[in-house]
Amino acid sequence: MSADSRREAAARLHIDWTRCDGRGLCAELLPEALSRDDWGFPLAAPGRLAVDADKSNVPLKHSELGAAADAVKLCPVLALRLARP
Amino acid sequence: MWAFGRASGFASMLLLSASVLLGILTRSGRPLVQLPRVSVSLLHRNVSLMAVVFLIFHVGALLLDSYAQLHVTDVFVPFLGSYRPFWQGLGTVALDLLAAVVVTGLLRHRIGQRTFKLVHWLSYAMWPVAIAHSVGNGTDGTSAPVVAAVVVVSVAVVAAVAWRLSAGFLETARLRQLHGQWRRP
Amino acid sequence: MTAAVGQLSPAAVREPWDGGSRLFAAGGRAGYAGHLAAYGPLPGHEPRGTLLAQLQASGLTGRGGAAFPAGPKLAAVAEAGGAARYATRPSGPVLIANGAEGEPLSFKDATLLHNAPHLVIDGLLATAQSVAASAIYIYTAAGNLDVVAAALAERPDAAGVILTESPDAFVAGQASAAVNFLETGRAIPVDLRRRLADSGFKGRPTLVQNVETWAQVALIARYGADWFRAAGVAGDPGTRLVSLSGDVPAQQVLEVPGGAPLTDVLATAGIRHDAVAAVLVGGFHGRWVRPEGVVLSVDEGAAGLGAGLAVRPGAGVLHVLGPGRCGLAATADMVDYLAGQSARQCGPCMFGLPALADVMRRLAGGGSGGSGRGGAGAGAGVAGPPLDPGLVDEVGRLSRLVSGRGACHHPDGTVRLIASALEVFADDIPWHLAGQCNSGHAGHAAVGLAGVRDQPGRVPAEGGRR
Ligand code: SF4
Ligand code: SF4
Repeated sequence: MSADSRREAAARLHIDWTRCDGRGLCAELLPEALSRDDWGFPLAAPGRLAVDADKSNVPLKHSELGAAADAVKLCPVLALRLARP
Repeated sequence: MWAFGRASGFASMLLLSASVLLGILTRSGRPLVQLPRVSVSLLHRNVSLMAVVFLIFHVGALLLDSYAQLHVTDVFVPFLGSYRPFWQGLGTVALDLLAAVVVTGLLRHRIGQRTFKLVHWLSYAMWPVAIAHSVGNGTDGTSAPVVAAVVVVSVAVVAAVAWRLSAGFLETARLRQLHGQWRRP
Repeated sequence: MTAAVGQLSPAAVREPWDGGSRLFAAGGRAGYAGHLAAYGPLPGHEPRGTLLAQLQASGLTGRGGAAFPAGPKLAAVAEAGGAARYATRPSGPVLIANGAEGEPLSFKDATLLHNAPHLVIDGLLATAQSVAASAIYIYTAAGNLDVVAAALAERPDAAGVILTESPDAFVAGQASAAVNFLETGRAIPVDLRRRLADSGFKGRPTLVQNVETWAQVALIARYGADWFRAAGVAGDPGTRLVSLSGDVPAQQVLEVPGGAPLTDVLATAGIRHDAVAAVLVGGFHGRWVRPEGVVLSVDEGAAGLGAGLAVRPGAGVLHVLGPGRCGLAATADMVDYLAGQSARQCGPCMFGLPALADVMRRLAGGGSGGSGRGGAGAGAGVAGPPLDPGLVDEVGRLSRLVSGRGACHHPDGTVRLIASALEVFADDIPWHLAGQCNSGHAGHAAVGLAGVRDQPGRVPAEGGRR
């Protein structure tokens, strides 16, 4: 799905790493797009992004936009924003 | 009115305590048993807003009540009231603090994280003041069920704050300590 | 030679590599008079856009590490500056010469600033005039402040240039960290919402270039794109400075043309090919290579032209690892250092790099009883307990975990270094896992980190000349 989903991305979820505290709310809201790494920080699900890609901008599908908007609203440290293509 | 004012004040106190507890849990980044983190966070917000609603009932009822002799200024400026001015003043202080915390909480996306966080710390000052007000000012302050409730929430909040200050507080604390303790060679 | 407007004809400037230096043509520690004598005056009021056109045609790339083309970068700033011209607040572009040189193995920026500061200033002034800049900064390490201040003071046209001391930290040289420092005093990278070219210092269009890039701009402003392209190759025109360190007879700065074969560069410095086990190209965010067949070029496609493997010169560091040195141990020291240099604001970098450093340390330690540091003896074949073979996989997993997940490229650069070490020193890994290292561990870091930085030779007057 990698190449196609990247082209189809309805929007990208930008993670500001300087703020993110790895509280994991976003991974709960977007279980298909994000998991959490060893330390709790959001990690793009396997296949979403190329290995050497900039993993701070996670591509989202149309169906995930609502949950992503919630994540932006609920992130306790305002580390997320949605970037429309 | 008097009775309603007392009851809503009591409810507000309980909800505020619950909110502080939920807030601390939110900060830890942990889910509550089956309840996901998102829900804990939303619950924290909603319980706080409910506390505000009951607080409005509480103040509104006592404003209308002839016995309490509360003036509009007393709602905002502490220690001017006629009925036990000190304890009532504490209530006003708590109300002002809560107003600041809630307003900045709702406007978080506007005002930025830094201001929000600074003001949100005031919650820890607001809660004991509110508790003191409900014990000292409440006419039921010495009745057994009220005392019991105050003791229970106090123990819970104090324990939660102790947990908050402990090293293992964050969900990811263990691994982070492992790697975060790292020093320059 | 179309745009050669200076009094000095381009031919009078000795061609680099074939017996001369472009950037140090005025000699060591050049004063303003010597500078003018060698290069001629900076061309006066050029028609707007001439410099930009020449810069675009020159193919100059940034010399600070990322090698971003300088022409398009200036074009973006000029465009943003043009759009903002009618704004109410002062909004002209801001130019920043980045001489922070946080890279421990690099000393070419310091060398340049000590010996040819006027070229850097010329580049800034020529560009400032062409884009109507509203502020000009030179941001550099403490050791360079005096010479730059003296250079600014001795010329009549540099009153508007502000000199600022950069903190001595690896990430302080990152472009957004430089801008952040000038604004807030904190030299740590920020998460950029918009390009610096659109909104940088105080929201103004901002152009941050390495000091060497500015010096090259000064040459292009004088002699034009064709002259610039006379050195180097099509995919990597012009010359660049490299800092040569490690197991070498003398640490020095060389000026080499784009596309230069690495073995030639080493030979120029008097390093025999059997005295080299591997070379770290580009610095701590660069990669290890075996020098044979490698050309230093930003144009990685050049490899297809039979030119050999093109390796990006990054910040211009060439660090030689002599035979008998353990590349894994050297890399582990570097990763340790890099982990310590994380600005500790992005989780994956803050926790991932120390984790990586830890695993690399264990891998490197194979054969020396687990420490790897402090010189477990210079002799070959030091023995120790065998290691967990899963270490290599763990390096790969952690690398994938941290790469691309920071506000700056610090994690990516670190991962690149580690990946190249695992590739180039692949033969050593089984030995390490078995608890044996075939090289000594004699404190490579002493050369790699402390040695270079504390060298008075950071300012070799003749370093750039050959
Ligand atoms: S919700 Fe915010 S703080 Fe939590 S992991 Fe996601 S981005 Fe980070
Ligand atoms: S990636 Fe690392 S070095 Fe770069 S800004 Fe984030 S914490 Fe700092």
